[in-house]
Amino acid sequence: MLRVFWCILIRDLTLALRRRTDVLTTLFFFVIVVSLFPLGVSTEHQVLRILGPGVVWVAALLASMLALERLFAADYDDGTLEQMLLTAQPLGLLVLAKIAAHWLLTGLPLVLIAPLVGMQYHLTETAIGVMMFSLLLGTPVLSLIGAIGAALTLGLRGGGILLSLLILPLYIPVLVYGAGAVEVSVIDLSDTRPYLTLLGAFLMVALIFAPVASAAALRISIE
Amino acid sequence: MTPNWFKLASPASFYPTAGRLIPVFWILTVVLLIVGLYWGFFETVDRLGGNNPQKEYYRIIFIHVPSAWMSMWLYVVMVGWAAIGLVFNTRLSFMMANAIAPTGAIFTFLALWTGAFWGRPSWGTYWDWDPRLTSELVLLFMYIGYMALHSAIDDIRRADRAAALLAIVGLVMVPVIFWSINCPDPNQCAALHQRSNLTKIDGNILFAMLTMMLAFWMYSFATTFMRLRGIILTREAESTWVHELLTDGGRA
Repeated sequence: MLRVFWCILIRDLTLALRRRTDVLTTLFFFVIVVSLFPLGVSTEHQVLRILGPGVVWVAALLASMLALERLFAADYDDGTLEQMLLTAQPLGLLVLAKIAAHWLLTGLPLVLIAPLVGMQYHLTETAIGVMMFSLLLGTPVLSLIGAIGAALTLGLRGGGILLSLLILPLYIPVLVYGAGAVEVSVIDLSDTRPYLTLLGAFLMVALIFAPVASAAALRISIE
Repeated sequence: MTPNWFKLASPASFYPTAGRLIPVFWILTVVLLIVGLYWGFFETVDRLGGNNPQKEYYRIIFIHVPSAWMSMWLYVVMVGWAAIGLVFNTRLSFMMANAIAPTGAIFTFLALWTGAFWGRPSWGTYWDWDPRLTSELVLLFMYIGYMALHSAIDDIRRADRAAALLAIVGLVMVPVIFWSINCPDPNQCAALHQRSNLTKIDGNILFAMLTMMLAFWMYSFATTFMRLRGIILTREAESTWVHELLTDGGRA
């Protein structure tokens, strides 16, 4: 069973790396959105420090959501997805592998570039560290929940805008605790613990239920 | 012996039953509304609380709290029907879930709207990012998401099942909304809402509030059944019983 997981994961990564622009587009979308806020609001250090965590998290939400459309679309168009549904392997596992690949391509780059955008907002080093860690815990949750929405809206006209309507309300807890962790880290580092623990709990719950739900959604969409 | 209630699971037999029940629920709604509003306006105290009491405007509670309750309860009922539909593959269950969604969304909107008008005199603001307000807003988004997904898919069967799955996933938010008001530590959550505790409420106020809730409940039944009849007719338009019904003059 693990071999199937690796097989799909490596296939998706290889496919994505053959078309690197897709990956880079998401990353630069994130950087551009984050860079727009200081220009629109204010460039004062004090304001930016307050604004920073929320803006970075909202941008991460939007970036990961934009990339979601591609999660199943290509496989759906060329019929690969149908073959996956027909295999004897558990569909949840295949979906989990696809989500993992998706996160490695869209979530992980955001975590890695977070220090850079953190410096744009004059965040302290501890705040940047906490932000990276909260993104590391939070972005997989975004990919996992998003996969359900992506599977439900598969092949619909105007799927992208619909996807945002379905998925963004479910993203709100992750946003609240992700950005909250960075905000309280300014006061006291030990205060971040409940926030990060809750993010970890979200990740565990999503890891168990989201692949199953996405698999069910795929079956509904490709019936 | 076959259990009797399975008979009602068929749209053709439920359609006339719903038609007979609608007037009953409307009458109950009106009666309960009159009782609840009378009690709320004339049998309760004029001002609430000790020093710095809430004046007449606290009476908004008789609309606000029941609609907030119904908004959450209807979501749970909707998910229940959606789940039954997914498990047993019954057409009527999905139609039921579909018929409930707009009523639930309206109650959610009503709770937010009356809350804003209550918040203005008592908290000095129409809107604040109190956990309860925020989570109720999320509930409104979820109702809208459900309806949007359903209407975006042309194939009815897929639309029913996809929207049902979405509703079930959204159920994780309902406990959050429910408990957002009873925050364990006020310093942690900065909630403007007081903890809800029904035993502490004055008897007359509680009576009016519960009567209003029953009225809203009956109203939900009435509107849901009316909408359900519309949905049944639209979806079963090709079947013979609908043709017979329409050629007979539409009496059922």
